[in-house]
Amino acid sequence: MNPAKTIGERLAEAGVSRRAFLKFCTALASMMALPPAAGPAMAQAIATRERPSVIWLPFQECTGCTESITRSHTPTLESLIFDLVSLDYQETLMAAAGHQAEAVLAAAMKENFGKYLLIVDGSVPLVEDGAYSCTAGRSNLALLKEAAQGAAAIICVGTCSSYGGIPRAAPNPTQAVPVSAVVKDRPIVNVPGCPPIPVVITGVLAHYLTFGNLPELDPLGRPKAFYGETIHDRCYRRPFYDQGRFAKTFDDEGARSGWCLYELGCKGPVTYNACATLKWNAGTSFPIQSGHGCLGCSEPDFWDRGSFYRPLAAADWGSAKTVGAAAAAGVALGAAAAWAARRRQDRFVKEAAAPADRKPEG
Amino acid sequence: MDLLAFARGPGMQWATAIFVAGVLWRLVGVALLRRKPDLSAPRVAAKWKGLRLIVLRSWPRKEFLGGTAFTEVMGYVFHIGFLVALFFYLPHVLFFADVAQGLLGVTFKGVFGVAWPTLPGGIIYFASAVSVAALIAVLVHRLVNPVKRLISNFDDYFSWFVTIAPIATGMAAYSHIGAPYQTLLALHLLSVELLMVWFPFGKLMHAFTIFAARGSTGMLFERKGATL
Ligand code: SF4
Repeated sequence: MNPAKTIGERLAEAGVSRRAFLKFCTALASMMALPPAAGPAMAQAIATRERPSVIWLPFQECTGCTESITRSHTPTLESLIFDLVSLDYQETLMAAAGHQAEAVLAAAMKENFGKYLLIVDGSVPLVEDGAYSCTAGRSNLALLKEAAQGAAAIICVGTCSSYGGIPRAAPNPTQAVPVSAVVKDRPIVNVPGCPPIPVVITGVLAHYLTFGNLPELDPLGRPKAFYGETIHDRCYRRPFYDQGRFAKTFDDEGARSGWCLYELGCKGPVTYNACATLKWNAGTSFPIQSGHGCLGCSEPDFWDRGSFYRPLAAADWGSAKTVGAAAAAGVALGAAAAWAARRRQDRFVKEAAAPADRKPEG
Repeated sequence: MDLLAFARGPGMQWATAIFVAGVLWRLVGVALLRRKPDLSAPRVAAKWKGLRLIVLRSWPRKEFLGGTAFTEVMGYVFHIGFLVALFFYLPHVLFFADVAQGLLGVTFKGVFGVAWPTLPGGIIYFASAVSVAALIAVLVHRLVNPVKRLISNFDDYFSWFVTIAPIATGMAAYSHIGAPYQTLLALHLLSVELLMVWFPFGKLMHAFTIFAARGSTGMLFERKGATL
């Protein structure tokens, strides 16, 4: 690939008109809550830049994140990601295999040292020196440490690389950790979701290309533009929540009328993501719209936060056993206190009944 | 573990255990105390009539109306608002339903044939706001009234605080004011847990003892022939 050409030239070669690209940038700008004028400025900035080298490393993952972005409908915003970057290494998508693939990786890291973007999907297992997940005989851990050294920034795609995800679920047999637990000295942006919304990945890249830095992040390292609000904040079923109208089962009248899914375990109120506004499959729908509560997949440890079908309000108060033990302890304490009080009474009564035994006062 | 996970998990478990143990300790401790033998002959045969005191004491006597009306009215306003928010807000009802299911294996609907009714969020919010206003009013009254101030101690102020905190944080969480929802929800749960932990050890325990105390006093009065 010849990275010397600008993105604008490449897009033109690929048959993407200036108008279509402008539309794409305007749409991205509005998604990122930038002012309307930012769209053309973005288009201008991106078109004149060279495509950055991108190295995509898959670690302990299910390839769902890659599927999410590659299976999205074309031509859409998300598919443009492949025109914006020079994707130099991506095991699932590249034609090369075996030693050739490894040679491509080594060359890309060397040629663009300090400049390439590193995209990671999947968590990093630590146990046994990372032996639970290896590529070409090298552990993910070793590969990440090496690749991170020359990365201008790291984009963690998916909940696994962002927070450990499903591999990290209790009892976490591989001691899986997120990228941020291994790499401390590089800018990292988390794009969580299981999988993440494809256009969010594109949005982060477009921001990087336009402004040369990473977007503003929330305390969990997510771009605020996409993860600034909860699903519940923007959910179209929210009016039903406010009115107190809730589906009780997945097939009752309430469910059919589109009432709120809170009672059926929806985690929308505590989940920061853009599903309710950007939606999936070219803006067709998102889980809540298709009748299922939000699982909270873009939040850390979402797999271990209790059943997906248990209402959020049903906090973990214990069990009949723990409450029974507390009750038994309370009754025993109460009985002991009463017994002590009775003994004191007895002593009083005894003393009162035998005044002669008492020494005269004074 | 983040704040919300702690509040929903170990925090709630400990608070529940302390609440249950503490309440039973107090109740059993009082119930098993030896009663003083009353050696006089009863004036009335049916001392059960004394239970009327439970109801009679629920509003002021005419003679004291002027002095106590404000406290009484505010007390009612606060309690009603609080109970409406506590028992008719869906997330709360789901919590209680989960506890009932876990402890007794029953659902409200399973026993009564109908689901526990809930109210729209707006009404709950209004009830909470009224409740908070009443609580602030009684605090101000307590502070400016010299007699009340004199007889108030740490228990009164702290019990007031642990009561208003869950309502205020609940309202903030509902309207997403001041912090991300998760933080507000965590603070709401933690404030509820503080209430539960303090409950058995302070004056809040009156919720469990008030009617029994009025009833037994009434029966005692009746036995002695006093006019209720
Ligand atoms: S379905 Fe979920 S996200 Fe939507 S309003 Fe109900 S609780 Fe909130």
